[in-house]
Amino acid sequence: MKKLLDGFLVMLGKTPVRPETYSPEAQAILDAKRTPAAREERKRLIAEEKAAGHKSHFWRNWRWISIILVNLLFVLSFRIDIQVVEGALTGSRFVGFHMADLNSALQVMLAYKHVVINLVIGTSTVLFLWWLAGGRTFCAWVCPYHLLAEIAEQIHLKLAAKGLVKDHPLHRGTRSVLYVIFALLAVATGYTVFEFISPVGILSRAFTYGASIALVWVGFLLLIEVFYSRRFWCRYICPIGMTYGVVGAFSPVKVTYDMEKCLHEGECRKVCMVPHVLSMTRMGYADEAKMDIGADCTRCGMCVEVCPTKALKFEIKGLSKLL
Amino acid sequence: MSKLFGNSSPDGEERRRFLRSVLWGGAMATASLLGFIPVVKRWTERLRPPGAIVEHEFLAACIKCGQCVQVCPVQAIKLGDAKDGYGLGVPYIDARTQACDFSCDALQCILACPTGALNHTLSAKEQVHMGLARLSNPDGCLARQGKGFKGQARGANFPGIHRYAEVDRWKPIPIADHPYDLESCDLCVRECPIKGAISMQPMTDDPADRRRTPVIAADCTGCGMCEMICPAEVPVLTIEPRAVWRA
Repeated sequence: MKKLLDGFLVMLGKTPVRPETYSPEAQAILDAKRTPAAREERKRLIAEEKAAGHKSHFWRNWRWISIILVNLLFVLSFRIDIQVVEGALTGSRFVGFHMADLNSALQVMLAYKHVVINLVIGTSTVLFLWWLAGGRTFCAWVCPYHLLAEIAEQIHLKLAAKGLVKDHPLHRGTRSVLYVIFALLAVATGYTVFEFISPVGILSRAFTYGASIALVWVGFLLLIEVFYSRRFWCRYICPIGMTYGVVGAFSPVKVTYDMEKCLHEGECRKVCMVPHVLSMTRMGYADEAKMDIGADCTRCGMCVEVCPTKALKFEIKGLSKLL
Repeated sequence: MSKLFGNSSPDGEERRRFLRSVLWGGAMATASLLGFIPVVKRWTERLRPPGAIVEHEFLAACIKCGQCVQVCPVQAIKLGDAKDGYGLGVPYIDARTQACDFSCDALQCILACPTGALNHTLSAKEQVHMGLARLSNPDGCLARQGKGFKGQARGANFPGIHRYAEVDRWKPIPIADHPYDLESCDLCVRECPIKGAISMQPMTDDPADRRRTPVIAADCTGCGMCEMICPAEVPVLTIEPRAVWRA
């Protein structure tokens, strides 16, 4: 319970702290890892791994296929009338069943101040689906802005490596504050204020119904991400990610961490969009030998790909034990 | 609280990060509020699809998904852009370009709407009230000049479509493919999908006077078919969104 609460606080913006006590198992592993011999062995393994140039894009490739396919289904459902998912990511019908984006539905109900029955049906379906799949899985596996932002991130990192740009991180609590602000604005004004700047809705509608001037805003956000602040929107602003993060806190699909296997070199945190969820991969930050990655994790699999020792891996709770 | 802001750093990076967060967070909140300007200043007073509830509630209730766009058989429904402010992604109809002619018979857009922003209790086209047709350019009216009309109502290149029951009961066809030859122009009355919503009335008691004027009745739903079909350069009849009929 304390773990869950702490995971929530970290998602809201708390900086992960070093634990004061460890489980006996974790303590034993830690003690073993702190011997000079173990240190030397780790150094050797890391050097070996660096020389081997371990690189995999397995999960990324599947993810990109997923994002493109889902969004293409929306487009083709209308353009060539295959009628699989009609609508946009904000709200749709999947072979006739109502689906509603949790955050859009929330904004509508806060602004409209009615409980709309179709939205309740639509959000329940979506809630169940994304609880099952992992919450912020939406971000990494469906959101079209995520894909664009990933490309912008790669450009940012290339430019940063050349010293042409510098990352300007914001406090992660910004998103939590904005979440409350957008909710309050919806209630107070009676308009779905956030939807006006949501790149997810703007992109999703543009794909299906044609380009709009609003795309300029999406371009502006991408420019911020390339030149000013790495993953600006997804990390610090987007309330959609936060909503799905809450859903995913209890999800059976998790990335899990095995302390024993970890070399603590930090490659996973370098590629992660939400590196605070990987704080336990720092030496002495895990208080248990095996841990689940927190709610903010998008299940993008970048850390799983980059980890040379498979200390991080995907797991389906309950199912893994059965298999 | 100090815990929330991480470990203090000697070079003031933490303070700068805090200021950046306030600045950029504030910028995003401000950007979202810019949507107010077009709404308050009424930059765009849109004709909304059938069944649209009161405007400010409509903007709130609409989830901006465009499902109404997808089901419309004449593709009359478009989605608002950034200049619509909070009407971004909200459906509207530009009647002069493509009006709703109730080709679907069953108010498909209302059935498609997942939130009730288009009122689900409406079940017949006669119950719809989108606005009212107004005689906004009387001098352009051919009927008022006693003239007839021959040819394509909106020219050869007009892309608008309309369901002509006598041509095809189910499928709308381009208006350009359906030329007219009328002794006295009555296109607005002829193509109006609502019975008794509009009629041609003599302008004087003189039986020899061929001049007629279109008169709008309370039954007008504001669908905009008359605005689309009007062959005058500037449409004689235009829809005033959400206007209420007065005798």
